[in-house]
Amino acid sequence: MNPADYLQLLTALAPEVIVVCTALLVLAVDLLGLQGKPHSYRMSIAAGITTLGCAAAVVWMFINPTVGNWHGGMLVIDPLNKTVKAVLLLLTVLTAILSVDCKFTRHVGEYFALLLLATVGMMLLVSTEELLMIFASLELVSLTLYILVAFNKDSRQSAEAALKYFLFGGMSAAFLLFGFSLLYGLTGTTHVPKMAEKIFTIGADPLLTVALVMVVIGFGFKVAAVPFHLWAPDAYQGAPLPSAVFIASGSKVASFFVFAKVLLLGFSQLGWGDEEKATGGWIPLLSIIAAVSMVLGNLAAIKQTSVRRLLAYSAIAHAGYMLIGFLAPGGDAFGSLLFYVTTYALTTVGAFGVLGVVESQVGGDQLKDFAGLARRAPALAWCLMVFLLSLAGIPPLAGFFGKFYLFAAALTNGAHNLPFLWLVILGIAMSCVSLYYYLQVLKQVFVVEADENARPLVVSSLSRVVVVLLAVVTVLLGCMPGWLLDTIHTAIGERSW
Amino acid sequence: MLAWTIYLSFAGALACLLTPRANPRATRAVALGTALAGLFCGLAGAIQFKPVNGLEVITRVRWIPALGIDFSLAADGISVTLVLLTGIAALAGVLFSWNVERRTNEFFAFFFALIGGVYGVFLSLDLFLLFVFYEIAIVPKYFLIAIWGSTRRDYAAMKLALYSFIGSGMVLIGMLAAYAVSGLASFDLQALAQHSFVPEFQRWAFPLVFVGFAILAGMWPFHTWAPTGHSAAPTAASMLLAGVVMKLGAYGCLRVAMTLFPEGLKMWQHELAALAVTGIVYGALVALVQKDFKFVIGYSSVSHMGFVLLGLVTLNEVGWSGAVLQMFSHGVIAGLLFAVVGRMVYDRTHTRDLDALEGMGLTRAMPFASVTFVIAGFASMGMPGFSGFIAELQVLIGAWQAFPKLALLAGVGIVIGVVYTLKTTATVFFSDKPAPAEPHDLDHPLEPITVPERLGAALLIFCTVVVGLHPRLLLDIIVPSFKSPLFDGLRKVAGL
Repeated sequence: MNPADYLQLLTALAPEVIVVCTALLVLAVDLLGLQGKPHSYRMSIAAGITTLGCAAAVVWMFINPTVGNWHGGMLVIDPLNKTVKAVLLLLTVLTAILSVDCKFTRHVGEYFALLLLATVGMMLLVSTEELLMIFASLELVSLTLYILVAFNKDSRQSAEAALKYFLFGGMSAAFLLFGFSLLYGLTGTTHVPKMAEKIFTIGADPLLTVALVMVVIGFGFKVAAVPFHLWAPDAYQGAPLPSAVFIASGSKVASFFVFAKVLLLGFSQLGWGDEEKATGGWIPLLSIIAAVSMVLGNLAAIKQTSVRRLLAYSAIAHAGYMLIGFLAPGGDAFGSLLFYVTTYALTTVGAFGVLGVVESQVGGDQLKDFAGLARRAPALAWCLMVFLLSLAGIPPLAGFFGKFYLFAAALTNGAHNLPFLWLVILGIAMSCVSLYYYLQVLKQVFVVEADENARPLVVSSLSRVVVVLLAVVTVLLGCMPGWLLDTIHTAIGERSW
Repeated sequence: MLAWTIYLSFAGALACLLTPRANPRATRAVALGTALAGLFCGLAGAIQFKPVNGLEVITRVRWIPALGIDFSLAADGISVTLVLLTGIAALAGVLFSWNVERRTNEFFAFFFALIGGVYGVFLSLDLFLLFVFYEIAIVPKYFLIAIWGSTRRDYAAMKLALYSFIGSGMVLIGMLAAYAVSGLASFDLQALAQHSFVPEFQRWAFPLVFVGFAILAGMWPFHTWAPTGHSAAPTAASMLLAGVVMKLGAYGCLRVAMTLFPEGLKMWQHELAALAVTGIVYGALVALVQKDFKFVIGYSSVSHMGFVLLGLVTLNEVGWSGAVLQMFSHGVIAGLLFAVVGRMVYDRTHTRDLDALEGMGLTRAMPFASVTFVIAGFASMGMPGFSGFIAELQVLIGAWQAFPKLALLAGVGIVIGVVYTLKTTATVFFSDKPAPAEPHDLDHPLEPITVPERLGAALLIFCTVVVGLHPRLLLDIIVPSFKSPLFDGLRKVAGL
């Protein structure tokens, strides 16, 4: 490789490089210059640097039109994963801004550095088509997220959640690696598109099914689909708020994207399996996982009194909906999935933003802590209504169009006998269930009156701006889904699936 | 012009929300302005209404091209009739909620969000758009009942929200399946109506969509949300629920389920007619034995909505136009009944128990309320001269041609309707029972009927009488609607 190639590689990797440099800068500034300064001052400076770094990375991606494929798929830059990376960077910025008001740690520099490193992991994860690289960057994401969950050293819950997350995560990594090694053994390559060609020539093979199941288990843990979801409620509840936000948003987006890439690209030949050779494909497997995730997530959410756990179970349910997107034909699968996961992530960040204010001001995340929020913080209350109704899938909010597109896309696959009709029916039925528990929260907010001595909440202008902005985006993306949809479709269109 | 009803209502909702909480008078002024503007746009639209081929296209813009979704609004005579009804109900609703003092700005914000959704459903020509508006109407209903409601409001609000959402879920399944199966990559109602779906598909898709909508129209046995919801809701919300929201369901049955799957209607015609007649008779019988004043009216709504559904499934034009006229008529009359019960009586006496009301001598205390109720009762039981008569007569004629035996049973339902209306009127207003030793009106002097109430009652009575005396006013625009291409398939199946 001559120096010119390295230069080109550097330009292609520049967004990641910028984010890594930002991480080091945050660490250095905080450790060298800001010790002894007030906590909120340190937080603001660190969040500011993070925002600037991420913005620089996004700007670089859009002024530099480089697309290409380096080292046999180790690094792939195309419009699609550029879009995903922009979304990830946006979510990082939102998480960083929401962190400013939280007081869970004295180690400000370390915290923001880890957040940025997790972002780098996610960015690399979505811009590779190589199993080894996928595994390595997934580990980078996971390890940083374990630490982020444990970051509140004063809270036993935080430590417990991190340990649980770590144990489950470690296990899932083992499954994933086992699956990858079987795939390598069978096909002799770790490059996903080449692997797909090999699988085409091998045809259905029981060992391939084993590999497939391992891979699904591995990613199933990451996206918190039933039955691999057990870590999610505890991690959501125990983690410091910004860490929970990041797990619920950024990590979801990246994991779903790479999951879809491996399955739809790598295993495209193995969709329905082969009955004669007694091998299963991923379509029946994912249908069942989607169905149980939707049912269990939604039913378990009904019983929750902690809003964090409620959001965790609803996240499990949403993972179920998103898996339905995998069953759509070709580009629509990516289109519907990306639209859904992006809008879902933005809405969840907003809901957590409101939750954060309530936690810090009222002192808990129980349903009763939300009582009378409409009176105590009207703007936040209306925003929370937007977020929760969007999660429930009420038009004209983004979540509704997401679900609608997902279901419509899945149904158009095999329109003659509608093979996924049962799944769509189940999904819609479970949406009705979900409306019940979201309304339970909104009932506290709008219907139940606060105590006599309840004062208006003091909301920092930063949180308020973020939350209101996200609510506006949720409404706009619901009314004008074309904006995001066209971007995604153009990006997909430049690749042939 | 008609489209402005939608935009003005949503703008009004936002404006109401932004008025200061401490100043209910400002909110009321905004609300009254919005309602008047909506009614004005509806009337102007109706006067300028010039359909081509039975349909007037108002606006059509590409919305989400990736899925073939257009923002397309259009009106035929049916839409215009129901838009007018919505305008009237909204104005009356504002007048009868003049006394809402608690969280007034939020109340009217939810109120107009609901109204905007209702206008939108009646004017959408794109299935996706129609569904969006249909669901927008669900959430405000929940909050109107849960925050400002009375007896068992939590339960009633949640029940109503879930029933509506389940109904719309069924519709969503049917509509997605129709989209996928047709392969047209379009949600345009006209395009879908002209696509002939295979009979096996229609066999299951039609009942799914029809029943999904009919849940909101109060079809027996899915009507149970209606009496509980109506009684728990604040007056304006009961008026809207019975007056226009139930019409959303019936309108959806006609506009979506029947036009898309006409063969399916043919297959299920008799079963659905049986359910409709059961609703008529059952609703009337249950109304007969209620002890709660609002429940009487709630069940009478179920009974009267049965006529709408019966008219729809007759598969002839007399029945259809009767059904549409009945939607209008019941909207006005039910609004009036709920206004008397909820606003005039309950807000003053704080009881809805028929036995308790019996001894209060309400005729003397509130002559205006009693006269209004008597007029509304006559209209409701189908006296000639009021809109209910001509509507139910048409439905019965239509039903007689299609299913003579069921038509007889429906006639029995009308008779029971007369019985419970007279019985309730007599009990509440004209009881011989002597007033209690310590007359109620001495320790709680009943406040006099206010001007907004008088105006609202006059508006509703005027509408039912005008339509009753001159039904062609509406029939002349309703009947040509069935000639539009939307109804081609339906007419073919009906052999018209």
